[in-house]
Amino acid sequence: MRTLWRFINRYNAFFLFLIFEIAALIIYVKNNSYQRAEVINSASGLIGRLNTEKDQLYGYLALKDVNDSLARENAHLRGLLKSSYYIDTATKHKVTDTVYKQQYEYIIARVINNSVNQPNNYLTINKGSEQGIAKGMGVICNKGIVGKVIYVSSHFSLVQSLLHKDSQFSAMLANDKEIGSIQWNDDLDPHKGILKDVSNNAQPKVGEWVVTSGYSLFPEGVPVGKVSSLHTKGGGYSLNMEVTLSVDFSKLEYVNVVNNKFGKEQEALEGQKKKDE
Amino acid sequence: MSRIILINLLRFVVLVFIQVFLLKNLALYNLPVCYPYILFLLLLPFGIPNILLFALAFITGLAIDAFYDTPGLHAAACVILAFVRILFINITVSKEGFDNEPEPTLSVMGFRWFFAYTVTLTLIHHFVLFAIESFNLSGLQYAIGRFLTSSFFTVILILISGAIFFRRKERK
Repeated sequence: MRTLWRFINRYNAFFLFLIFEIAALIIYVKNNSYQRAEVINSASGLIGRLNTEKDQLYGYLALKDVNDSLARENAHLRGLLKSSYYIDTATKHKVTDTVYKQQYEYIIARVINNSVNQPNNYLTINKGSEQGIAKGMGVICNKGIVGKVIYVSSHFSLVQSLLHKDSQFSAMLANDKEIGSIQWNDDLDPHKGILKDVSNNAQPKVGEWVVTSGYSLFPEGVPVGKVSSLHTKGGGYSLNMEVTLSVDFSKLEYVNVVNNKFGKEQEALEGQKKKDE
Repeated sequence: MSRIILINLLRFVVLVFIQVFLLKNLALYNLPVCYPYILFLLLLPFGIPNILLFALAFITGLAIDAFYDTPGLHAAACVILAFVRILFINITVSKEGFDNEPEPTLSVMGFRWFFAYTVTLTLIHHFVLFAIESFNLSGLQYAIGRFLTSSFFTVILILISGAIFFRRKERK
């Protein structure tokens, strides 16, 4: 026993190393996959607050860009107002519309922490479960899709951005409606994505818009980016193409979280099918 | 003694703040990101007990992880760094030569020793970091590119900080 103790004591550096290294790796592997740590992440209490402070400071630097984009959006929305249309009939019919029911609801949130140059990128936004955000909701901004919510605390949410190895969303070519899936390019460039698994019948052109398909978390027709190159490796039975993303992830300020009101119903229905099989 | 603790505490806070609020947003062409926060572990005094060194390495790693959303990744790299630091110091420095617990700074140890020390430890820390992070062979080319360029930038930053806090009278 004494010899054993002396042996351990003599090589204590090595044994301590083993203990701490194993602890670190356990933490890493446990949190790496799909469940995020509930304590050690940037949405938790103290660090969430620190990030809010930092963001307030950084917010001033981006005010000009935000103003520009808000002004553009204002102009766009004003164009949609009734008052900007010419009314060419004298009589008006009032119709109670029972055909449409609101399916998507948007919750506006501010990005308080962001990264684009890691192999897996996350955003933290300043709205949480108290404002109605839940795990799995899609996140968009006025220029296109951003990502999806993967962890919610009462006042903050963590968003897995499109710039993440595991992110994959359904998208389609805007003109010929061919479905594919959009994901981040392998070379870690925050402006490029890849549209994969498009059917061989499609005839994509460089410069064509890629938009969301409405099959996943987002409403149909939200822009993703433009096709920038048709020559990418891989593919085989299907077409792959490079897409220049329309969102500049390094300049995100305000985002909209999409609440699909029928999402749960759809999921339950599709889940039932899986169970029956 | 209390002065050493105070200085190291201050150094920890300053380095972590610089790392997570400034350098996290800094990257050149998506490739190099630098992690000079390891300077805190490099500059801990020679006389520090092994268990304290490992615990500090672990805590520093977790603190960085909390801001980078990578629980355990930096902690694992820092613990390996601490282990290599013990080996390196055991081989190159004789323990009897010091009486008032000096720190392995550029001004105390001289440029040649400090350069070798920084380069060895930085390379090992960054290698482990990028190896665990990518974890497969598909992104190997980018992982190696990031590893080499990041190590280069980290070493440069550490040497610059060593030069800024250089004090001639400590040199023996």
